[in-house]
Order: sequence, then structure tokens, then C-alpha cells
Amino acid sequence: MKDDVIIPGPEKRLKPHRLLKFLRQEILPTTFCPGCGCGTVLNGFAQAVDELGIDPKDMVFVTGIGCSSWIPSPYFKGDTLHTTHGRPIAFATGVKIMRPDLKVVVIAGDGDIAGIGGNHLIHAARRNIDMTVLMVNNWNYGMTGGQVSPTTPFGVPTTTTPYDNVEHPLEAAELVAAAGANYVSRWTTYHVFPLMESIQKALQVDGFSFIEILSQCPVSYGKMVDMRKASDFLKFYRDQSVRVHKAKAMSAEELEGKIVVGKLMERERTEFTASLRRINERFRKG
Amino acid sequence: MTQRQSRLKEFENRTLFLLGDEAAAYGALYAGCDFFAGYPITPASEIAEVMSRELPRVDGYYVQMEDELASLSAVIGAVWAGGKAMTATSGPGFSLMQENIGYAVMTETPCVIIDVQRSGPSTGQATKPAQGDVLQARWGTHGDHEIIALAPSSVQECFELTVASFNLAEQYRTPVILLMDGEIGHLRESVTFPTFDEVAREERRLAEPDTDLFGGEPIPPMSLFGEGRFIHVTGSTHKASGMRDVQTQAVHEELVTRLCQKIADARAEIASVEQDLVDGARIGVLTYGATARPARGAVLEARRMGCAVDFLRLITIWPFPEEAVKRLAERVETILVPEMNLGQIAREVERFTSLPILPLPKIGGVAHTVDEILEAILSSSSELGSAVG
Amino acid sequence: MHLQDTKVQRMIEINEELCKGCDICIDFCPLEVLAISASINRRGYYPPEVVNEEKCIGCRLCELVCPEFAITICNE
Ligand SMILES: Cc1ncc(C[n+]2csc(CCOP(=O)(O)OP(=O)(O)O)c2C)c(N)n1
Ligand code: SF4
Ligand code: SF4
Ligand code: SF4
Ligand SMILES: [Mg+2]
Repeated sequence: MKDDVIIPGPEKRLKPHRLLKFLRQEILPTTFCPGCGCGTVLNGFAQAVDELGIDPKDMVFVTGIGCSSWIPSPYFKGDTLHTTHGRPIAFATGVKIMRPDLKVVVIAGDGDIAGIGGNHLIHAARRNIDMTVLMVNNWNYGMTGGQVSPTTPFGVPTTTTPYDNVEHPLEAAELVAAAGANYVSRWTTYHVFPLMESIQKALQVDGFSFIEILSQCPVSYGKMVDMRKASDFLKFYRDQSVRVHKAKAMSAEELEGKIVVGKLMERERTEFTASLRRINERFRKG
Repeated sequence: MTQRQSRLKEFENRTLFLLGDEAAAYGALYAGCDFFAGYPITPASEIAEVMSRELPRVDGYYVQMEDELASLSAVIGAVWAGGKAMTATSGPGFSLMQENIGYAVMTETPCVIIDVQRSGPSTGQATKPAQGDVLQARWGTHGDHEIIALAPSSVQECFELTVASFNLAEQYRTPVILLMDGEIGHLRESVTFPTFDEVAREERRLAEPDTDLFGGEPIPPMSLFGEGRFIHVTGSTHKASGMRDVQTQAVHEELVTRLCQKIADARAEIASVEQDLVDGARIGVLTYGATARPARGAVLEARRMGCAVDFLRLITIWPFPEEAVKRLAERVETILVPEMNLGQIAREVERFTSLPILPLPKIGGVAHTVDEILEAILSSSSELGSAVG
Repeated sequence: MHLQDTKVQRMIEINEELCKGCDICIDFCPLEVLAISASINRRGYYPPEVVNEEKCIGCRLCELVCPEFAITICNE
């Protein structure tokens, strides 16, 4: 992989950012709004790939429609299938079955993965098909300008809940854990180190791995709740998050409004495509 | 010998009594299909059942998805991972697939979608046969596009046209719809299986390094995931390189025009019909799919009664066989179009002739009888004032 | 022994043209090594500037949290 960087940088350049080699550099900077968590997720992901020493040639990225789907499409330099809204996990299922040797990674938003595509999420977790799904949860439909999503907190105004959201948010990570995934965690863009380690773990797990990443949308969401600085969100994540083991000892009231972070599930159920291949082996002669 | 060849050797030169659905599934296996994703629906489920039984025997994969949106999604994913892939459904599922049919058109993903048509709208007379999806097949997904759709009239043809669908999909790098109908899908007839080598299989044209995968020629070559090319496949408007450009008018115009032209320009090559024309015919019967069977019976009967009638059966529905229809229109004075809907193809025929078109619609889950069509032929014959006897 | 010989050399490199001036790195650097610079980049953002390099402990938080790959720590 080439290390040379074509981004015009400061004169006193010492060494190019070592993760830029993973990106389609010719189209940088990203089109994300300033301070958008999507870039932090991309950063953490690239770091995880770098640390694991995975060759991007051995990966396929499948994304949906939304700002979060732009994390790999187009920025991460890998084979990329930018699909229809809500369907990336279903497309990824076809990819993985045909090419079980490739690491299949789905990155998309809360609206895409848990809203319109929620059923695919449940069933992929149930099958326990080997893929890594990063759900970038920015609590709204960012790309379309800040409408309510299935993860928007209760009582929050959005462009389509002008009198505040009267629906309860979905706990996507808990849902996926219950549905049968082998690995589930939740982190935020404040928790960059554990998030990066969790991405590494998810990439290594054989089976369905899912990380719900709370990520700031200081523009579409921020404008409605008057949090226009990315750092405001990160401080909120820092102050409101509770580690899984601590959360276990807390009451429902105490956990109201908190963000439970950490590993929610790790187990070793049989992986789906391996089971399919075992069926085929029965018919293989000689 | 591959596992597929040795499995299919067990069928070669044999004549079996099969459902249209089953024959279509075997056609897919002969064509090289190694991936099927679907969701159960009558009258198409037998296709899935055969595929689930046979695919593991030819080292292919079957997966039952959570819905039809997912089914076509998985099919498209499988194709970019190197598979030859198919799904099969009926009206309600076909409706759910429309968005991803557009995705397959836009990304030039070769794949096959079988729609065993049943009565609609909605659940309609589940699960009685109909031909009500022919225009949905053409225009169901949003935006300008062309599509290839074929309609078999016999169980043998379910086999053959499934093979043809796979080949056309690869040749034109496009989704192909096999418009079966409940009548044909559930019809049991004998099918004679060819040898594996007798079946022509269009192989995927793979790109040389550094060539564009989404432009540069009318039908660009493909590449697959996992080859280190870092290909970018998107349903958004894209440049020849595959990279998104949704802003530039010219990029969109060039892309969508090429996608339409690559099929429209090949109309003569793709469009296939069966015609049986007789001297002195003043009436033409134009039909397709299951309706072609009673229609053919009626035409033969009319001729026996001394009424010269031309018979034209569309095997390709889309791109519409305009030339064959125009030729028929030049020979006769009226064209009768029996179909199991309220006149979808009849309207299309009107676009290519100023002759009076007589639709002969029939809905309600029951196919036309020979007598109904015969009666229509004879009455238009007497209106034209030709002697019968 | 000279202090410089034992200390790991750290250089904070800021790619001003990639930076979008979101200030996350400035706000979360545990040792206040960074501050908003006075100069504007070509896209109209104010990138961070290093004001206390000697305090930097090389924790890489700024590097990992930056959404734009605009800041990196070079450990020699
Ligand atoms: C079938 C369909 N419905 C609606 C849309 C419009 N749409 C585009 S992006 C989006 C929401 C994206 O929200 P999310 O998935 O959370 O991603 P984000 O932009 O917040 O990262 C919607 C509704 C679409 N593209 N397709
Ligand atoms: S709208 Fe929100 S999610 Fe989308 S790029 Fe801007 S900040 Fe990020
Ligand atoms: S490496 Fe750590 S201490 Fe040094 S500037 Fe970055 S955040 Fe601050
Ligand atoms: S975090 Fe990155 S983009 Fe934001 S101010 Fe710092 S260097 Fe610039
Ligand atoms: Mg969102």
C-alpha cells in the first residue's frame, strides 16, 4: 500500500497521517459537516484495521443511504456496495454467502439500520451471519435534515416532532443481542479508545457482530436541541454514559436517560455461512 | 467434471413431467445459477423449493430471506461477489422488489427475477393466475430505464427462457424479468432436458485492470469484489469510474441515456416472437404467456373453419417487439389481443399501429377458453365482412 | 544525562487543509496542548495550533477523535 499523500499540507510536513493510506484521498476532505461524528467513526475504524493488519483487499463494505453510509462510501478505499436505504445488511448477506473469505462490514445510520432496515437487522443477527455492522446512531435522520428516527430520545423536538418526540427510542444494541448476535457493544464517539478496541474485536468475531455507536450530528440534530458544537455532544456522552457492569447494579429510574456503554454480548453460536458450507460438503464427491 | 455437471448429467436427455415452476428452477441450474434468495409465495414457491434442494448439490447457495426486499438485495450482493443469482416471487413480492430492480438497472447488475404473476391488485384473488404485472415489469421502478422481460407459454419454455434470461442478463449487464404466470407456473407438462454442453451459457465479461466498470462503452465489463480493485458500486448517479456525482447534469444524462440505449438499441437482437402467418389473413391474434395456449387453439380452429388468421406470440415482452408488431399490422386489418388483465399489452400495441386493436381482457383468475377467443375472432371476422365457411 | 536523550520525541502534525475547525481536539486534549489558531485555512476554518508541545504526553486522543484525519502524533 502506498504511503504517499497528495493532500496539500503544511510546509513543515513530518510524516503523513498513517491512516490516510486507507482512504480515497483524492476526494478529501470529507463532505461531513464540521465536527460530525461520522469522521470519528471512520477514524476509529481505520485505526482498528491498521492495528489488526487487515489488508483492505480482503474486505467488502456495504452501506445504505444516509450521512453515516458515506463513511465507507466513498471514503474508505475498499470494495464498496452503496445500496438502497435500509437494505445494506440484506445485500451484505448475499456478498458474505458467496465470498465467506472476505470480511464484510456494514456501516450505516440509525434510520437505515434500525428504522427502515430493522427487520434485516433482526434476522441477520438471528442467522448469526458473519459480518460486522456499525450502526452510527446520531438520534435522527441526519441526511434528510433532522427528522425523528427510531432512536430519537423521548421528549426531544425534531423537524417532524415539533411538539417533542412522543415515541420511546429503540435500544438497538439490546435488541440485536436478544436476536442472537455473537458480539454486541455500544460506545460513543467520546470513547474513542474503547470504541476502536471494540471495532477490532467485532472484526475478529466469527458471527454477527454489532456496535451501536452514538455519534454527534451537530447540524441536523444539533440545531433542534441547540447543541451546535461537537464537543457539547462529546461532553454529554461522557457525562451520561454508564459502563455495563455498573448499569447492572442500577435501577430503571437511575438508568433513565443514561447511555449504557460497553460489551453487551459475547457468545459463540454457530455461524450461518459455515453451516451452509457444511451442507454443501455432504454432496462433495471424492 | 464439476459437481454441477455430474448432478445435471442425471437429467440429461430425460423427459420429466414437471411444473412450470420446477422447470424454471432447473433452467436456472443449467444456466449456472449458484445463488438463490427468496421468500415464499404462491404460485412461485416451488421454484424456491427446487432451488433449496438442488443448489447445495451443485455447490451453490440457497437462502430464505425475511422478505422480498431482502431477497433481491441478497441476489445483487451475491452477483458482485461473483455469483450468478436469481430470485422468484409473485405480484406482492414483485411490488416490494421494485426499488431494488432500479438499483440493479442503475448498477448494471446481471440477475434474474422470476415473477409468477397472480391476481391483483394487492392480495387480490390469492393465488389465482393473472398477467397483470406486464406494465409493472416495464415501469415499476422509478426513473427512466429499459428492462428485459420474457414470457414463457409452456413448461419446456419455462426451462429455456430461464436459461435465456441468465444469458441476456450477462450479455447486457442488466436485470432480466421472467414474466411467468400462475397458469404456466402450476401447469404440469413434459420437459426434455438437454445435456449440460448443449446449453449455451453467457459468461460474465470481466474487466482488464484499469478499465472503467460503469462507462466508456455501451456495455462495460464488470469486476468483482475481492480482487483489490476497490470498486465502488452505487445506485446514485455515478461517473464511468463508479464514483458518485449527483450534481452534474451531463453525468446523469450520459449514464441514464446509455443504460436505456444499450437495451433499446439491441431490440432487434433481444426481441423474440413466435409467428404463424397465413395468406390472406385479415385478423391477427397477438398474445403471450399462458393466454397464448387457448389463443393458438382458437386460431387453428378458426382456420379450420376457413377464416385466415395470423398468430403472433410475444416471447420477449420488453423491449417490446415493435418490428414484429408493425409487420403484423401491415398484413391484417385488425388485431385481437387476449390477455389476463384489462388490456395492458393491447395499449402498447396501439402505439405501433393505427389499426383497430381489439383487446380481449379477462380477469378473475380464470384463463381464456378456446371458444371465447374463437368467438371474438369470428365476430370480428364477420364485422370485417369476410366469409366463413 | 541530558533530558532530551531519554524523552520520546513527539511531533504533533496538523494538516490545516483537512481541518474543519470543530475544536474537539482542543476541547478534549487532557493537557491543553492545543489552542485555536489565529489563522484561517483555505476553506475558512480555524485549525488548532500547538501551544504547549512540551506538555504533550502522546496519548493520541486528539488523533483518534479528529473526524478529518487532520491531526496526528509522530512518535520517532
Ligand atoms: C426508501 C427510501 N426512503 C427514504 C429515503 C430518504 N432518506 C435518505 S437518507 C434518510 C435517513 C438517513 O438517516 P440515517 O440512516 O439515520 O442516516 P444519517 O443521515 O442520520 O447518518 C432518508 C429517510 C430514501 N433514500 N429511500
Ligand atoms: S447532517 Fe449531521 S450526520 Fe450529516 S454530515 Fe452533517 S453533522 Fe454529520
Ligand atoms: S497526544 Fe494527547 S496530550 Fe498530546 S496533544 Fe494530543 S490529546 Fe493532547
Ligand atoms: S479535531 Fe480535527 S478537524 Fe477538529 S479542530 Fe481538531 S484537527 Fe481540526
Ligand atoms: Mg441517523
